[in-house]
Amino acid sequence: MKIKFSRPKSLIDVETHYCAGCGHGILNILTAKVVDELGIRDKTIGVAPVGCAVLAYKYWNFDVCEAAHGRALAVATGIKRCHPDKVIFTYQGDGDLASIGMAETVHAANRGEKITCVFVNNACYGMTGGQMAPTTIVGQKTTTTPLGRSPESGEGWPIKMAELLSGLKGVSYSVRTAVFNPQKVMQTYQYIKKAFINQIEGKGFSLVEVLSPCPAAWRKTPLDSMKWIEDEMVKYFPLGVIKRE
Amino acid sequence: MQKTNKKKLMSGNEAIAEAGISAGCRFYAGYPITPQNELIAYMAQNMVKRGGVFIQAESEIAAINMVLGAAAAGVRAMTSSSGPGVSLKQEGISYLAGCELPALIVNVMRAGPGLGDISSSQSDYFQATRGGGHGDYFTPVLAPWSVEEAVKLVMLGFDIADYYRNPVLILADAIIGQMMEPVGNFDKSQFRKKKESKNWALTGAKGRPANSIKSLYLKEGVLEQHNKKLKKKWDKIRKNEQRFFVSDIADVDYLIVAYGSQARISLEAIKMLRKNNIKVGLFRPISLWPFPGKGLRKIAEKVKKILVVEQSLGQMVEDVKLNLPNKEVYFLGRAGGGVPSAGEIIKYINNKLI
Repeated sequence: MKIKFSRPKSLIDVETHYCAGCGHGILNILTAKVVDELGIRDKTIGVAPVGCAVLAYKYWNFDVCEAAHGRALAVATGIKRCHPDKVIFTYQGDGDLASIGMAETVHAANRGEKITCVFVNNACYGMTGGQMAPTTIVGQKTTTTPLGRSPESGEGWPIKMAELLSGLKGVSYSVRTAVFNPQKVMQTYQYIKKAFINQIEGKGFSLVEVLSPCPAAWRKTPLDSMKWIEDEMVKYFPLGVIKRE
Repeated sequence: MQKTNKKKLMSGNEAIAEAGISAGCRFYAGYPITPQNELIAYMAQNMVKRGGVFIQAESEIAAINMVLGAAAAGVRAMTSSSGPGVSLKQEGISYLAGCELPALIVNVMRAGPGLGDISSSQSDYFQATRGGGHGDYFTPVLAPWSVEEAVKLVMLGFDIADYYRNPVLILADAIIGQMMEPVGNFDKSQFRKKKESKNWALTGAKGRPANSIKSLYLKEGVLEQHNKKLKKKWDKIRKNEQRFFVSDIADVDYLIVAYGSQARISLEAIKMLRKNNIKVGLFRPISLWPFPGKGLRKIAEKVKKILVVEQSLGQMVEDVKLNLPNKEVYFLGRAGGGVPSAGEIIKYINNKLI
């Protein structure tokens, strides 16, 4: 019998705190699996954000640094510049990366920092109970947009980070993917792997934006959440490679 | 800097930068702000040449968080700014303290509040000595009164930061940052000969268990334990790292307490007053936190009255009063870029103290 899939060595065998149906579980595993497959566990340093993934250091079996809300890419810049031979990645949510950390994100990307960024877009602030994020789609109800996000009411439009960053010269790779079915999960794995390889090859900033479910904050079942990504989120956030150099 | 017996004329800002590099700092991230622009410029010109990293960050917030990353990576790292920028850095300083990371932060103070003015001030004393950011923490604060001493305190500051695993602040005022004085000695501090091991640093988990740097403790009671551990460290710093300088205290009736450039101006006043047989001495805190209360209390025993002089509306004076509840403590201060002159100090002593 051939084992096709097992727990990655870069993932510690503990229970996670993630809710049922949460996308972080999948993405924590995919990231760890990429680190395993590339054989870089002993030279990988991850940067965990503020948000549900802040506890990732309890799950990943490699060096991890916590960052203040929005500052992951500034912290990662400090680490990468000091250890240019190590592989540095950030793992950030939408509020972190596209709202409070927008300046850090755009400037790290613009400097062409040789960092891989896994951007988990679940269209809300999950940890704090599901408020409007910069990526909340139009009409989406959240605790702070009880009537649904309305650009006409001054709540703005969802920000397309993969497209926005692709316009910067420092960005070598920008893709958007999703995890709503096994095929997409495997595709996401390939994208993350490519984004790590880019860094190892000394290319500039790499972004993998992942549309990921947050059933608890969305007030949906895990299955309905996956369906909502496929039916609603993808309409606004098209999947695929946006930039590859 | 090459070893030479010749002294070189440098501004405080440039000398602080050179002292940082000489102390082994290999990472600097900063953002332009007056009156510390010579510091970032010196770093831009020299850090990379000496094998380090220089980044002009997109913001003060990014700069301090880059420093946090570099510190987590085990590298000596520093940033510099002035009041408005240091306010923005408070988030990162709190995280540095919570994560127990060493780093050096230089504040070349200007007048506030708000955008204020670019001229000299000592109005960030409270911010510097009371933690400054959110949460229960302290940072050692060192205040130079000359360019030469600024060099020494940067060297010492890095050693204290590494030894205690805590961020350290250099609190200079604009006069110290801008004025030029001869400096020649960039020797390392004598704080501790043994270099601290940074086995906690993030360098890749090669042949060792994975390291993590964090300040989050969610499980009930665990944060309190962490807080208690930090308190022990700060108690140790309070006990061991009080520093001060005294002058003219052999026979003294009145004691001036002042720090930074204001202490130098005060000493000038003391020399003039002594010519008229008015016995005034100087007590100059070098460490503002921990405040050198032990030294002050001892010297104050033999004086009649105390005068605190600051370039502020009265901040350090509170620490002086806390330490000397039974003494008559007077205060002379100017804000908004005003600097109490030797003449003003003499006049105040003649009118109010004598």
